[in-house]
Amino acid sequence: MPMSAADSLVQIKGLRDSLLVILGDAPWPEREAALLEYIGANPSFFQGARLALDVGSQPLKVAELAHLRDQLSERGISLWAVLSESPLTETTAQNLGLATRLAKPRSPIVSQTITKAPPDTALWLRGPLRSGTHLEHGGNVVVFGDVNPGAEIIAAGSIVVWGRLRGLVHAGAHGDESAVVCALELAPTQLRIAGAIAVPSRKGRKAQPEMARLVDGQIEAEVWKA
Amino acid sequence: MAATVVTVSSGKGGVGKTTTVANIAVALAAQGKTVVCIDSDIGLRNLDVVLGLENRIVYDLVDVVEGRCRLRQAMIRDKRLDTLFLIPAAQTRDKSAVSPSDMVRLCDELRPDVDWVLIDSPAGIERGFRNAIAPADKVLVVTNPEISAVRDADRVIGLLEAEGKGPASLIINRVNPALVRRGDMLAVEDVLDLLAIELIGVVPEDENVLIASNKGQPLALDGKSKAGLAFQNIARRLLGEQVPFLEMESTGFLQKLLGRK
Repeated sequence: MPMSAADSLVQIKGLRDSLLVILGDAPWPEREAALLEYIGANPSFFQGARLALDVGSQPLKVAELAHLRDQLSERGISLWAVLSESPLTETTAQNLGLATRLAKPRSPIVSQTITKAPPDTALWLRGPLRSGTHLEHGGNVVVFGDVNPGAEIIAAGSIVVWGRLRGLVHAGAHGDESAVVCALELAPTQLRIAGAIAVPSRKGRKAQPEMARLVDGQIEAEVWKA
Repeated sequence: MAATVVTVSSGKGGVGKTTTVANIAVALAAQGKTVVCIDSDIGLRNLDVVLGLENRIVYDLVDVVEGRCRLRQAMIRDKRLDTLFLIPAAQTRDKSAVSPSDMVRLCDELRPDVDWVLIDSPAGIERGFRNAIAPADKVLVVTNPEISAVRDADRVIGLLEAEGKGPASLIINRVNPALVRRGDMLAVEDVLDLLAIELIGVVPEDENVLIASNKGQPLALDGKSKAGLAFQNIARRLLGEQVPFLEMESTGFLQKLLGRK
């Protein structure tokens, strides 16, 4: 690819799931043009990319940033964040619904979509899973720790909780009626297996290891005996 | 000096965040520490009222962020304790007037000159909450022994862990020992059991808190009431002292938990 003015003005770094573009020092129209030229020279690299843009101390108005966003979107690129030391640019970005800092990875709040997982394996998680955690998994799930009220686990296979289960769980979410739910203390807000739903009563129950499974289309829990 | 930035948060509203900030700030200042409180509840400010500094506001947090005044100009010095300062929230704007990076910048400017920065977070887990926790070195989560408050605290603790701000410390506020004994209120150990984070304070329900807030005279100023004493103890624990929990709090479980007889 031929060297041009664009190359010195545009720096690109890879982030976890997007690209960070750092624009060098020049008047804004020049920088914008340089970026678009750079993208024009490498269209396949940028196709479908999520872009975060570092504009340094450049103050940008809504019209300028919106123009760039639209230009990028025409090229199949989505602008999701603008980093700047200028308060004006930050406000502008926020008004346009763009992020103004790069989020750190969010491991504990997992939000995974159901994927095909091999049978006889399980997703291993360390608890507690706190309120607001939403997890979907295409296989079995094992939680080492508590599942608190307000947390949700949806699994195509079985769910085992080595701790207190007090959130919402759905085992056999793809219709597997042989899926089970086990916990050291089975006190879920709601428990589903395949198409059946149960709301266990909590009163007067002893905390003991239990296993819930489907018997004739009804969810039944029994004390687990070694 | 290098300040520690402490944010007080809860998720649910009305559990006593502002009261907690005011009282811990007063208790720390009474120990001779330089303390700056920041009210980040833009649009619904009230830390100024609880601290009794309402009528002295000239500039606020948004004025600082938008460059209408210097940081020092927005810091209101308390008349009772001369090492206690408040940066009030703006009343006429909303949370979007400040960004998380503004808060980080502002706190970094304060750090060299003070011992403690206490940030009063708004209720909720949206923009205002993000602003409040962005500069925090430590987060105190306040909850009441009430299922809905504990549920929200759990959510906030999860979000803090996700932001890399954990582990948070827990304050259980408005505990009524009589109700707990009757089994009509969650006990301290029930709350701890669910939230599974370090406990830094248990504050008993005390009508003096309400009276003091209305007067703008935080309880921890004199420490004659049980709640005032509990807040003073939290401040001492923040300073690294080993302070036993109040009589009401020391049930068998807690003693076990704290490794005491």
